[in-house]
Amino acid sequence: MPTASLAAARLAESAWTDATVKLGNSFGAIAGFLGILLVVFFAAGRAGGRLSRPLTVAVMLGPAALLLIVGLVVPLVRTVFLSVRNDDSTRFLGGKNFGWALTTDSIHHVLLNTLLWLVVAPLAATGLGLLLALLVDRMKGQAVYKSLIFMPMAVSLVGAGIIWKFVYEARDAAQPQIGLLSQLAVSLGWEHPPNWILSQPLNNFLLMVVMVWVQTGFAMVVLSAAIKAIPDEITEAARLDGAGGVRLFWFVTVPMIRTTLVVVLTTVMITTLKAFDIVRTMTGGNFGTQVLANEMYSQSFVQFNVGRGSALAVILFVAVLPLVAYNIVQLRKERATR
Amino acid sequence: MNRAHRRRLLAAPAVLALALVAACSNSSGSSSKDGGTDASPLAGDCAKYQAYAGHAGTKVTMFASIRSPESDSLEKSWSEFSSCTGIKIVYEGSPDFEAQLPVRVAGGNAPDFAIVPQPGLLAQMVKTGKVAKPPAQTVANEDKWSPVWKTYGSVNGTFYAAPMSANMKSLVWYSPKAFKQAGYEVPKTWADLMALSDKIAKAGGGKPWCGGIGSGTATGWPATDWLEEVVLGSYGGEVYDQWVNHQVKFGDPKITTAMRTVADWMQNPAWVNGGIGDVKSIATTTFQDAGTPILSTKCWMLQQASFYRAQWPQGTNIGPDGDIFAFHLPAVNPSVSNPVEGGGEFVTAFASRPEVQAVQNYLSSAEWASSRVKVSQGWVSANQGVDKSLYTDPIDRLSADALTDPAATFRFDGSDLMPAAVGAGAEWTALTAWFAEGQAIPKVAGDIDAAWPQ
Repeated sequence: MPTASLAAARLAESAWTDATVKLGNSFGAIAGFLGILLVVFFAAGRAGGRLSRPLTVAVMLGPAALLLIVGLVVPLVRTVFLSVRNDDSTRFLGGKNFGWALTTDSIHHVLLNTLLWLVVAPLAATGLGLLLALLVDRMKGQAVYKSLIFMPMAVSLVGAGIIWKFVYEARDAAQPQIGLLSQLAVSLGWEHPPNWILSQPLNNFLLMVVMVWVQTGFAMVVLSAAIKAIPDEITEAARLDGAGGVRLFWFVTVPMIRTTLVVVLTTVMITTLKAFDIVRTMTGGNFGTQVLANEMYSQSFVQFNVGRGSALAVILFVAVLPLVAYNIVQLRKERATR
Repeated sequence: MNRAHRRRLLAAPAVLALALVAACSNSSGSSSKDGGTDASPLAGDCAKYQAYAGHAGTKVTMFASIRSPESDSLEKSWSEFSSCTGIKIVYEGSPDFEAQLPVRVAGGNAPDFAIVPQPGLLAQMVKTGKVAKPPAQTVANEDKWSPVWKTYGSVNGTFYAAPMSANMKSLVWYSPKAFKQAGYEVPKTWADLMALSDKIAKAGGGKPWCGGIGSGTATGWPATDWLEEVVLGSYGGEVYDQWVNHQVKFGDPKITTAMRTVADWMQNPAWVNGGIGDVKSIATTTFQDAGTPILSTKCWMLQQASFYRAQWPQGTNIGPDGDIFAFHLPAVNPSVSNPVEGGGEFVTAFASRPEVQAVQNYLSSAEWASSRVKVSQGWVSANQGVDKSLYTDPIDRLSADALTDPAATFRFDGSDLMPAAVGAGAEWTALTAWFAEGQAIPKVAGDIDAAWPQ
């Protein structure tokens, strides 16, 4: 047997062994996990008297608490720890990374863009979603339209970014346009449409269009459900009192779905704050479109400055916190009214 | 920093296509005894591995950013070595290699080997004190590479890691067919190149140059290459080294002059961006798409590295008389001898067990490099001991000739050598803004200098 093929055979054999061992390991891990669960539940079931209640609480809360600690609390503490240290975390810097974030011009621009995103994208997505919910609800075959509008939600933000990057693609007048938007502009008689992605500050809004495109479906479906949940008696009563169209909408519909509106708005806001996929795929943060989440990624994993990246992450976290808190309060209120 | 990793992703389809063809190039007529797990001395086909014998049944681990199918070619290249010597090489490739390696090393979980494409990362690893010094044979083998490579495998004057592969960036892609039809000659000097560009622009059949610097988060890196080519070709290796170390700043008249040269070349409205748009469109065009107009002669030339080969559509005839080929970018200043900008990968060991050293010696040898060249195309070594006739691909051959030329001024990709805050940060963004927004050269240079870590 020639050595080369023998070697190949051995390589294949060792790959099989490797795969078998790995498979065995994962099955072992699952079996072990189930075994531990069984023992815990058995012990909890056997315990009686005074121990029973605290033990039940521990068994029920334990796994969730453990996962939260491992997945959220520990990384949070570690990120805060890293944010006060230098690029490879070997030296204590105090607040220098935060000072850098708050005093550098380019980071100012990033914070400003993030704020712009935070205000415009959620309002546009929610507003459009509400409008569509009202319009589509009165149409025949609304399920079809709703599915179509909801469909972008199934596209990942990266995928959506790539799709829209093609839409905004621009060529000079001598070449055939390959971007939908540029071709539309040319067809409508605008001979030299700009290179959209480069046009500041328009490009920021063009990027937000992608987020709105993805999130509108979500807003529409949730709001439409809320509108349908408004008791008929109330709308009928309002109509009898002479309210119609616009007044019915502002004084009956909107107050009745207020909590849902707030939840949708804050949910989209949180998504927007964390969204770096769109910026990353479409501009890489260039041309004045950088946002906080993408800058954080770039600092941590491209420039390997873990300190600065973590400081930006902490800023982002602090910015999201009030939104999350508000969201939870609203959700509780809504639950209480039901 | 992750340029080398990116290159691999690009090269993947080409390698996949070719791996099968080259797989059986290992001819062996005589039958040998059982692969020689503990047979000593090694007999038959295995006799050539005698120097590495005596470690049967051992295992070494290797971690790198190279992933399948390219890593399959690597594994194939040492499979005979493994079966003859009985040293098993457990290979692991990860797209997060650059971020993962420091974590593993710091966590006391270092692999036996890491294939490091950036001297900067090597220096970072050496700083941890976990990198093992290479055995004497590896040091001796390394001498077959031109001396400058040793400095890139060294940290603070101590040699740690031998290079295993090299790639060339100083190439200009063009269409030999179109050149022949139009009666253009491949330029030999920078002046010829500029004169040709002018001639093409005036002829009116498409612009002479196209370019694209878009690359997601890494947008801007091709522009750093253009600047590096011009700095190296204008002032030679010494100034280039000083520039990379920030002894010569971006704001230095030498560098701003080089930027002016880049602007006259790649920001000349009459010369770019063939088949795509105006100068600014270079910033929004991905580097992968940049060369496509050459196929329809809407553009004539593209400066891109050897790994751009994988971007041409399947079935494109690549060769000196084909649809597409490349020529060596001439030096801006003719007195600089044959400037070659490129990159490479370094075998870094984190252990000094005898079997690890045996593998390290083997991977630094011309025998291993030849074995890897035989497995598949798209891989080049600058080891003088590799028979150049083994390269079956004309671009590989062109790169190998330039990289092993003793008269060449080889320098490593500068942005890979600069601190990441500059080489993977400010330089990318500032040069991108230069192309996209037409910022003034002093502002661009100032922005980059300001980001240099104190």
